[in-house]
Amino acid sequence: MTDQNKPMPIPDGDSNVFWQGCKENKLLIQKCSDCSKHIFYPRILCPNCFSEKIEWVESTGKGKVYSYTIARRGGGPAFKDDVPYAVALIQLDEGVRMFSNIINADVEEVKCDMAVEVVFVDSGEFTLPKFQPAGILK
Amino acid sequence: MSIKNAAAIVGVGDVELEKGKVKDGQSVLQIQAIAAKRALEDAGLSKDDVDGIFVAGLWGLPGVGSFPSVILSEYLGIQPKYTDSTQIGGSAFEAHVGHAAAAIKSGLCEVALVLYGSTQRSEKSRTLAGRPPVLTAQYETPFGLPSPAGSYAMAAARHMHQYGTKPEHLAEIAVATRKWAQLNPYATMRDPLSIDDVLNSPMISDPLHLLDCCLVTDGAGALVIVSPERARDCRKKPVWILGQGESHSHWSIQAMPDLTVTSAAQSGKTAFEMAGVTHDEIDVVQIYDSFTITVLLTLESLGFCKPGEGGDFISNQRTAPGGDFPMNTNGGGLSYAHPGMYGIFLLIEAVRQLRGECGERQVKDAKLSLVNGTGGTLSSTSVVILGRD
Repeated sequence: MTDQNKPMPIPDGDSNVFWQGCKENKLLIQKCSDCSKHIFYPRILCPNCFSEKIEWVESTGKGKVYSYTIARRGGGPAFKDDVPYAVALIQLDEGVRMFSNIINADVEEVKCDMAVEVVFVDSGEFTLPKFQPAGILK
Repeated sequence: MSIKNAAAIVGVGDVELEKGKVKDGQSVLQIQAIAAKRALEDAGLSKDDVDGIFVAGLWGLPGVGSFPSVILSEYLGIQPKYTDSTQIGGSAFEAHVGHAAAAIKSGLCEVALVLYGSTQRSEKSRTLAGRPPVLTAQYETPFGLPSPAGSYAMAAARHMHQYGTKPEHLAEIAVATRKWAQLNPYATMRDPLSIDDVLNSPMISDPLHLLDCCLVTDGAGALVIVSPERARDCRKKPVWILGQGESHSHWSIQAMPDLTVTSAAQSGKTAFEMAGVTHDEIDVVQIYDSFTITVLLTLESLGFCKPGEGGDFISNQRTAPGGDFPMNTNGGGLSYAHPGMYGIFLLIEAVRQLRGECGERQVKDAKLSLVNGTGGTLSSTSVVILGRD
């Protein structure tokens, strides 16, 4: 999947640290210091206990495909030439879920609960966290 | 507070479509005005009786549609005492019914007009493009999820993984719904449909095929809801609001706690308890069918069957005409019409069924109907239980 002309994130006060982390090939998520729950997407209050004591921690980048779909029609014109591609909800080992793509795999091989690991893909100004089957060579 | 029997639906109105489009290039304001007038005529009321207005929509944005209840009131010449533009997606109108009943019970208004319209088909304004990558969408849009089909597809994939549900189960729903559409002269899609037709239609977003997805049409609908006192003077017999519940569990599917359970588990429980009726007593159900999987998850979440049993529950064309679980009797969003936010049409069909106005597709002796709206990406739900005397 080429990432030219793709819609890129517009960072804000919640997400600056996350996207900067990706640029440094670190998957940073949040953790509540009061209730110890991990948090994604990043926010200013813990959605579990409303605490403001939130710290950034580095995820192991390992997890499972909670669910997925194979896009046969692109999610917008910028993705038209990429079909078919896999969009997945990754359940990180820390317990939070995030959207990503499964790359370095045939889309037909993607399955629920398959083990995956993060791989960072540069695309111009941004680096996006994508996932590949666990244990394969990058 | 319960709103049981606090208000009744006494008027419904909609507009005819030709191949999914409104006639003569009518505008989204025109078709809503026509639907409103027809609903008021159905009730035997006039525009000047309306003192509460309930509107949700996706038209006129950016611009006049930003305040949809305000612009529609201006267009119609109505100055309401009570106004509500709750926007929770396609289930907004089931929420409006509850809000209107509560307002009426509180004496804040007596005659509520609920309105929706869309000319998305005529304008070719529907796209599968992602949401602009701002705020929480910045974690979704860059990955190219086709919206909304991709989110529903993920729910379907998870249900299939957990429970062994098959594409054939989902196809059963599309086929049964088409059979109802064939009995509705106003339905957009009336050609015969087989399970193989659904399975052989192009894959849109695995595991959802084209014929697992709702239509993209225009449309407009209106409801008139009044107090019990006003209902006595109306032209037709009242359809009573017996129970209503609403909830939402997430906006993005990323935050949905369990992709196989919708918030209908909560909104349905609220509505059933308020109405004081059981599942077995419901004669006809109208379940939001944005996608076939929406129906299957909703039936489970509402408790018509157990989690994971939805596939078996709808098998053998049980929801089709002649089956013992009549569902989506106008042909649904899959075959009748789906103008973006479909929820008001579920309510209109439920009212017509309870009044016995449905001709060939009439469910015999229908006394109780359950309506479930779903909005966003399985995000919001609202359930209304309606009954006649």
